[in-house]
Amino acid sequence: MSAVADTIAAISTPIGEGGIGIVRLSGDRSFQVAKKIFKPRSKRDIDKFENRKLYLGNIVDPETHEVIDEVLIVFFKAPHTYTREDMVEINCHGGLMAQKKILDLTLRDEVRIADPGEFTKRAFLNGRIDLSQAEAVIDVIRAKTERALVMANRQLAGGLSDRVQDIRKNLLSIIVHIEANIDFPEEDIPEADLSHIKQEIEDTRVVLDRLIQNSGAGKIMRDGISTLILGNTNVGKSSLLNALLKEERAIVTDIPGTTRDVIEEYVDIKGIPIKIIDTAGIRRTKDKVESIGIRRAMDYLDEAQMILFTVDASRNMTDDDLYLIDKVKDKFTIVVLNKVDLPLKFEQKTIEELLPGKKIVKVSALKEEGIDELKQAIYDAVEQEIGFLDEHAIIAGERQRQVMQKAKESLDLAIESMANQMPVEVVELDIRQAWEKLGEITGDTVSDNIITAIFENFCIGK
Amino acid sequence: MTQYTAGTYDVIVVGAGHAGCEAALAAARLGLKTVAFTINLDSVALMACNPSIGGPGKGHLVREIDALGGQMAINLDKTFIQVRMLNTKKGPAVRALRAQADKIAYQYSMRYSLELQENLDLIQEEIVKILVKGQKVIGVVTKTGGVYYANAVILTTGVYLCGKIYVGDVSYNGGPNGLFPANELTNSLIDLGFEMGRFKTGTPPRIHKDSIDFSKMIEQPGDKEIIPFSYTTGKINREQVSCWLTYSNEETHKIIEENLYRAPLYSGQIKGAGPRYCPSIEVKVVNFKDKKSHQIFIEPEGINNSEMYIQGLSTSLPVDVQIQMTRSVKGLENAKIMRFGYAIEYDFVIPTQLKPTLEAKKIDGLYMAGQINGTSGYEEAAAQGLIAGINACMKIKEREPVVLQRSDAYIGVLIDDLVTKGVKEPYRILTSRAEYRLVLRQDNADMRLMEIGHNIGLISDDRYKKMICKKGMIEKEIERLGSVKLTPNSDTNEKLKKLNTSPINTPVTLEELLKRPEISYESLKELDETREELPSEIIEQVEIAVTYEGYIKRQINQINRHKKMENKRIPEDINYDDIHGLRIEAREKLKEVMPLSIGQASRISGVTPADITVLLIYLEAQKRKRTSG
Repeated sequence: MSAVADTIAAISTPIGEGGIGIVRLSGDRSFQVAKKIFKPRSKRDIDKFENRKLYLGNIVDPETHEVIDEVLIVFFKAPHTYTREDMVEINCHGGLMAQKKILDLTLRDEVRIADPGEFTKRAFLNGRIDLSQAEAVIDVIRAKTERALVMANRQLAGGLSDRVQDIRKNLLSIIVHIEANIDFPEEDIPEADLSHIKQEIEDTRVVLDRLIQNSGAGKIMRDGISTLILGNTNVGKSSLLNALLKEERAIVTDIPGTTRDVIEEYVDIKGIPIKIIDTAGIRRTKDKVESIGIRRAMDYLDEAQMILFTVDASRNMTDDDLYLIDKVKDKFTIVVLNKVDLPLKFEQKTIEELLPGKKIVKVSALKEEGIDELKQAIYDAVEQEIGFLDEHAIIAGERQRQVMQKAKESLDLAIESMANQMPVEVVELDIRQAWEKLGEITGDTVSDNIITAIFENFCIGK
Repeated sequence: MTQYTAGTYDVIVVGAGHAGCEAALAAARLGLKTVAFTINLDSVALMACNPSIGGPGKGHLVREIDALGGQMAINLDKTFIQVRMLNTKKGPAVRALRAQADKIAYQYSMRYSLELQENLDLIQEEIVKILVKGQKVIGVVTKTGGVYYANAVILTTGVYLCGKIYVGDVSYNGGPNGLFPANELTNSLIDLGFEMGRFKTGTPPRIHKDSIDFSKMIEQPGDKEIIPFSYTTGKINREQVSCWLTYSNEETHKIIEENLYRAPLYSGQIKGAGPRYCPSIEVKVVNFKDKKSHQIFIEPEGINNSEMYIQGLSTSLPVDVQIQMTRSVKGLENAKIMRFGYAIEYDFVIPTQLKPTLEAKKIDGLYMAGQINGTSGYEEAAAQGLIAGINACMKIKEREPVVLQRSDAYIGVLIDDLVTKGVKEPYRILTSRAEYRLVLRQDNADMRLMEIGHNIGLISDDRYKKMICKKGMIEKEIERLGSVKLTPNSDTNEKLKKLNTSPINTPVTLEELLKRPEISYESLKELDETREELPSEIIEQVEIAVTYEGYIKRQINQINRHKKMENKRIPEDINYDDIHGLRIEAREKLKEVMPLSIGQASRISGVTPADITVLLIYLEAQKRKRTSG
């Protein structure tokens, strides 16, 4: 018998190393959930799979029938498992994006994301780990919790916290009004208007939904890290893009200013989706068409999460280069010294001095030399700067998404209750649940806040 | 002072207010030799503030006290002069009874119950000292030197501990309503190592009925149909007395603002925190400047006297300002004040020093209940008094203590909040504090708690059987509704049309129909002609159970999860300093509260889920160490 009943899931290998990762499930429902999404390669009946054996197959989204990844799956029957519960391990190959998608698919039917260190915790509570290791177990959980907190906070710095805070504020004002009506019926507080509340809840739901779509690793995974290739005309930006894409997409010429429009392409670098934006080369010019393109490029400069600042090493540094150096020096930038197959006109040191601390990679985009090094540099830089490549970070983002999803479901229930003409305290139940749930993101679930807010907003004092 | 041995009891109750009366009655009814001390025999069960009992949360408490075998509901049914059901336009979970009591009748009726109670002595004496041997209470000493011994002492001292009255710039040591304060007992508690806090509360002026012009006010009569508080009370037919509503105005507020410098609340004299839900009129005027008028309810204090309570005008402004401000109110132009409003400051014991049984952690056999624990309200006091009385007896009889959980009762919410979170202002129960509100209704307190009351020994077999019978009837009727199927024919659909509800195409049970918002049990009769007539309290329960079935089920699932955590016990001898991996803040908080369960620990502010995990792992390790020898 396991001490804890619900089923948990998580990505449980360090991500990035060759793109292989394991999605792990533990708990009563693990088999059931895994069987729903796993299609074996052989015609073998999945229910007759042997314990602790690897099977090849695909993970398929049961709703869209989309094949997510080719995987190896293992079923471990309790009690001879790490947690002493039924467990499933899904070994995926398709990189981070696939792992995240597979994790998403498992988080249905009341399966939830594991808390930091929860597999270890269960292993211990279920008697799998020796008593002498109790302290070590605590340390693991502590460390993972701290790490998860740091990650969650880092992601929250991206403005999610503010937006969730706003939603909570809205919900709280509804709750407070209802509660004031309930607990102080004889005060002259106007009765909360249900049709007004319904509208508010519906609006909040829309905002929440948008937030879910754009949250955490989810957004990065879907939209990619927006990366701007920036440089003067004819430094080889389009060739660089093509080298990264290995396909002839952008028009490559040696006439300055050929790429007049913005081109967006996606490239998967070791599992990280990168959205590359190739713009018209920047050259201060009187040509109107081009200056529109340039203005647009400068707009992208502000929006981009990463900049590949491309310089032609085969010609002398120009005023235009210096102008751009000034623009990118405070940004998250990788310097690409292009055309290194030609005789160099300046030393790498020159750039180092102008852009101290920035990573510099030498490439020949045309000859496709140094492209692997550039990819590695992009991967390292992203990991360092954005930090989302870490399992903790992904899980933190996913957890936030799941919390928002649950909150949204609660709001749906509240709307349904109103449609069924339920009394106000029944409707409030789900609004409150949504408010409490979202508090897990902002780290604030004290329900005393409701009572405090009643007294701040209404003059109570019969 | 010469001391003498005055008596030996099982249980001593210090104070005979709303908490003390319940504690003393419970102890005596459970067969223990009990004595209750009061500072003044004429102030037993005194309603020192407003003359009403009940309301949201509070009315729930009164019903729960009744279901556990307490006295408050019975006493109130005997003596109320008006009763109303509040929140009738909302759902059943938040409906609440509120009554105006005849203060004098309430007081003397309660006192008489104590006087008649077997095993119970009621004595007018001030207690000045608590006697302790080792870490165990052994008795008390009276101001006149009497030493009383007992196995358990329950402190229910209300606002008397170092009570200090404020009226304008006048202040003096005193209890409420001109009674004596208890000045020495605080020191005895401090000597025993208790940490004390100081709160403030207040009361409005009372005026002579004949000086009021009711024609300028709005009448608030009682309900036509009287619903009693106690499950034992039968039908009540009683003439009721009205309350009256009027409003303060800009003139009133101007008078207050001009005299704020004379208000002890603003001159810095009063330091104790007051209740936010019951602010004085000066606080309302200052904090809600935009509000041009505030409600003022005129409530009779009783039938055989002329005192009227002015709800909403609580104040500690000087007497001359009180007169001026009262007379500025519509209908009170010629008001004659009989008692003036005042603020009172008093000591209380920081309640996190108590166990959920209301026994002090430091001193065995010493219990506390009511305002001494930082609460306010007659109902909150009575509820704690009852639980303290019960648990003192359970301890003496070596039986399991009674700890109601948050999912069992409002009493559970109240006590858990006190001992787990402490208090920052006088604590009042609110329905919004109860997370399982849909289940903790005032209409089902009997079915929730009577079994516990019966096990304790405070609910008679007869009462218990009646409740079981009621429960059976409800279940039977729900089952019947679920089994009777209507066939879709023109006759049925004609009737449904008359009820303004959509017709049916497939067979539908009566239960399914009752779930429709436009259908009531009453209107269902059309389609259920052969049904037996049932008592209204059965019908009410059937309707609630069917209409809210899904919501109630969800809440019960939540309760089951909650109970799992509550049932994970933490041994009382746990040493938090031994636990590797707890954060310092969590360690300190856990040491202070000493929670009895993982559930309680998780509600302490400053204890995170990761700390709870650490605690769980530690407890598991300890368990294995013990079992492996």
